[in-house]
Amino acid sequence: MELKRVVVTGLGALTPIGNNVEAYWNALIAGKSGSAPITYFDAEKFKTKFACELKNFDALDFFDRKEARKLDRFAQYAIVASDEAIKDSGIELNGIDKHRVGVIWGAGIGGLETFQDEVINFATGDGTPRFNPFFIPKMIADIAPGNISIRHGFMGPNYTTVSACASAANAMFDALNYIRLGYGDIIVSGGSEAAVTKAGMGGFNAMHALSTRNESPETASRPFDATRDGFVLGEGAGALILEEYEHAKARGAKIYAEFVGGGLSSDAYHMTAPHPDGIGVIAVMKNCLQNAKMVPEDVDAINTHGTSTPLGDVAELKAISQVFGAHAKNININSTKSMTGHLLGAAGAIEAISSILSITHGIVPPTINHENPDSNIDPALNLTLNKAQKRDVNVVMSNTFGFGGHNACVLFKKFDE
Amino acid sequence: MSDIASRVKAIIVDKLGVDENEVVNEASFTNDLGADSLDTVELIMEFEKEFDIQIPDDQAENIATVGQAISYIENAKG
Repeated sequence: MELKRVVVTGLGALTPIGNNVEAYWNALIAGKSGSAPITYFDAEKFKTKFACELKNFDALDFFDRKEARKLDRFAQYAIVASDEAIKDSGIELNGIDKHRVGVIWGAGIGGLETFQDEVINFATGDGTPRFNPFFIPKMIADIAPGNISIRHGFMGPNYTTVSACASAANAMFDALNYIRLGYGDIIVSGGSEAAVTKAGMGGFNAMHALSTRNESPETASRPFDATRDGFVLGEGAGALILEEYEHAKARGAKIYAEFVGGGLSSDAYHMTAPHPDGIGVIAVMKNCLQNAKMVPEDVDAINTHGTSTPLGDVAELKAISQVFGAHAKNININSTKSMTGHLLGAAGAIEAISSILSITHGIVPPTINHENPDSNIDPALNLTLNKAQKRDVNVVMSNTFGFGGHNACVLFKKFDE
Repeated sequence: MSDIASRVKAIIVDKLGVDENEVVNEASFTNDLGADSLDTVELIMEFEKEFDIQIPDDQAENIATVGQAISYIENAKG
């Protein structure tokens, strides 16, 4: 059976550095940091007092009060970003077979704030269980695609993938495969997360996963820098309209790029630590190239997982050197998490968008905040340090790895009939 | 309007996001004010909290309009 081709025909983004795709891209190429002191709650007693929150986002600009109240922030973000992507795609919602439109979404956690608030409410009461009837439907990670389908009437495949920080890449790869197999014409994919909460900050702090550079939040996310000390928690959403090529062509859609492959693997090693030899990471990039029917020399740019943690960054670059060999030094490698922070289950989505726009604009966004070379990193690698680089990008890979040892990787190519 | 009635109506306006003018005694939560089954459960819980009463499930099923809520609570507080 011949697999169908899949193209990207719409984008939507709600990020700590820009509340739509255009603002996001402009901030990326300008090298803007989204990290700042936490405003959502009093973080005085927390080891880390900063994060990459959204800026000037008001749910009431998008939802009426009753609707907003029934949605955790992670679901609000999902709807806002997917609305932008659907609009951007130019799809005539009344002119398509909605049974052939699905939503496959990524969320690493889901409604963490809802969970936190309901449990606090119960724990500070007299023991009588007065849980809000919306507690469960607001919290569950699959409610984001559920709500997107309800909003637009999309009746095709609908679910959430949960693989921590690899969730959105898992979702996009699932969507790619379903369309390839003919299960749908269009799948709205991407991911969203809203873990900048007391429970989220406290939980990641307890793991020693977060940077504690409280004196300089905007420079705290510094992937590949020798003084990196953990990731910066971010939040938001990214959405992509993935469409079967003939369907897109028939309606004269604008095509951003072709989605040519993905890879999946597991470290099978440790709950949170990356494998020191990067065997799972090597495997996922090899799987991805094979799935896309490409060789290492085809790849021009890699958006790394690059979270700014001491172990993970080095392990990933070593794996890249191993997979790409001598060609590794020709690749523009970057970590946009230096600007956006780490959006967990949404990371793969906003990074796929950055990767796709690199193809569109011929510019690779930088890895900002680099000051001190790390002696464990091969100096021959081009890490796109501190300033965006102009570069004709034909093929770009985007890596994501999640706690639990999940690795997922996606590959986009400049569209060519 | 009694104190109870005005407090009940304020809760309904808040939870269902409806205009105060729509919250008349005859208005049905589901048919007139756009509530779904979960909204109705939430309303009952809010009434319990606001008035410090318990509304058993079998009685909550009989509270379908604004007026029924007000009279139930007035009796319970009576």
